[in-house]
Amino acid sequence: MNKILEIENLSFSYDKLNVLENINLDILNDDFLAIIGPNGGGKSTLLKLMLGLLKTKNGKIKKYIKNELLAYVPQNTNLNTDFPITALEVVLMGHTPISKQFFGYSKDDISCAMGSLEKVSMQEFADSKIGDLSGGQRQRVFIARALCSNPEVMLLDEPTASIDVKGQKEIYELLKQLNEKIAIVVVSHDISVLLNYAKNVAHVNKNLVYHHLKSIEQNVDNENEHLCEVELLSALGKKQVCCNHTHK
Amino acid sequence: MLEALQYDFIQNALLAGILVSLAVGIIGSLVVVNKITFLAGGMAHSSYGGIGLAIFLGLPILFGATVFAVITAIIIATITLKNKGRIDSIIGIMWAFGMAIGIIFVDMTPGYNVDLMSYLFGSIIAVSHEDIIYLAILDVFIIGLVLFFYKQILAVSYDSEFASLRGINIKFFYTLILILAALCVVAAIKVVGLILVIALLTIPTYLAEMFVKKLSSMMILSSILATFFTLIGLMISYFYDISSGASIIIVGVFTLLLVKLLGKK
Repeated sequence: MNKILEIENLSFSYDKLNVLENINLDILNDDFLAIIGPNGGGKSTLLKLMLGLLKTKNGKIKKYIKNELLAYVPQNTNLNTDFPITALEVVLMGHTPISKQFFGYSKDDISCAMGSLEKVSMQEFADSKIGDLSGGQRQRVFIARALCSNPEVMLLDEPTASIDVKGQKEIYELLKQLNEKIAIVVVSHDISVLLNYAKNVAHVNKNLVYHHLKSIEQNVDNENEHLCEVELLSALGKKQVCCNHTHK
Repeated sequence: MLEALQYDFIQNALLAGILVSLAVGIIGSLVVVNKITFLAGGMAHSSYGGIGLAIFLGLPILFGATVFAVITAIIIATITLKNKGRIDSIIGIMWAFGMAIGIIFVDMTPGYNVDLMSYLFGSIIAVSHEDIIYLAILDVFIIGLVLFFYKQILAVSYDSEFASLRGINIKFFYTLILILAALCVVAAIKVVGLILVIALLTIPTYLAEMFVKKLSSMMILSSILATFFTLIGLMISYFYDISSGASIIIVGVFTLLLVKLLGKK
């Protein structure tokens, strides 16, 4: 287990509003980390800082891998659905380096992109317009786009926000499968589903509280595969031994 | 019909129409997918400032309009990249400011006798040989840049955040898209006039969007449709002796309505 990313004493503010305070977090190369927390708690900000979309002001983010090996699946994939672009072209966007070929794509680019689509079982939709796909299918395409750059870690922002329950499960199954090779970091609200897949949980609300899930699972009745947030939160509360979780 | 083709000015008009249609098909697609139609309209109108300035200084008018529109594009790009929330107000200001400058310079020009209406509504019949050469150079420039940077332009237009993560300079390409739009708007002024430019940028593209899955096909189909509208519009304008710009737009809108109605079945 090697660290691929290390966050030390990170704080961040928009103008004068403190969003993150004194965050410490390690991401390991086989991690499946769920970042949870209330709206406006700073989850997406933390993700953007990790990606370098926002610049760190206080604290450090040490990356032990190249920035190109961090892949990103953005939050709102329902944006721009009327854009004339095929699923394959979206995936090609993730291919690095951008090929220098004059107009069009090389065979290598296309076979790499098709490979990524196959990994998410979307190869038959390669020539479909992105707007004609369902929310879940589109999310798979965006995951394929992230995969096209052969990443070591994939960061996903609310990947199941606009998908039905069945689609959500499929996405998480896919992430679990990808997790055999790469690290996964998911920002999400659907704690109940996520708990079945994540290895670690970081609760972000200005401050960060870290939980190893293995130690929590034992305390939660998880028989019907659905876990409500209240049960989870109470379980997290019970396991205060694993961290310095204090309520103000 | 055939005897009309013998006239030089008709040949020039047809050639100009085709050259402009190529440009509006390609750039119109970029304008529509980037949702900057209003911005293109602002640049079209503010380029009237360049026309006024060129008349005042005795410079070639298309050249004056080009320089002015490109500068406007760079200003709008710089401001909107910093403050995207107020883009509509900024465009509105540039829109009015450019036209005001144009009017003042035309007022100050002694013995002014250029037909203002021909720039507002187009005068494709009055296209000169130099205009054709200028349009051809503009076309080569626009098509060359779009071909060369197609992947980057596609990435920035579709998902600029992701594009920036892939190391694409989104500020540069956003500015480039605006400059290309400015150049295209200037080219189209001669054919349909600056007031009707927006229609020629959007109608063929809007129609094409219904049939395509890719941006590249959208560009090609839009260019073909724009050429069709321009040529039919010119024919109507010649036979019925009405304004060419307005005829072209009317042909476009009627085709659009027809396709929409038939498509609904």
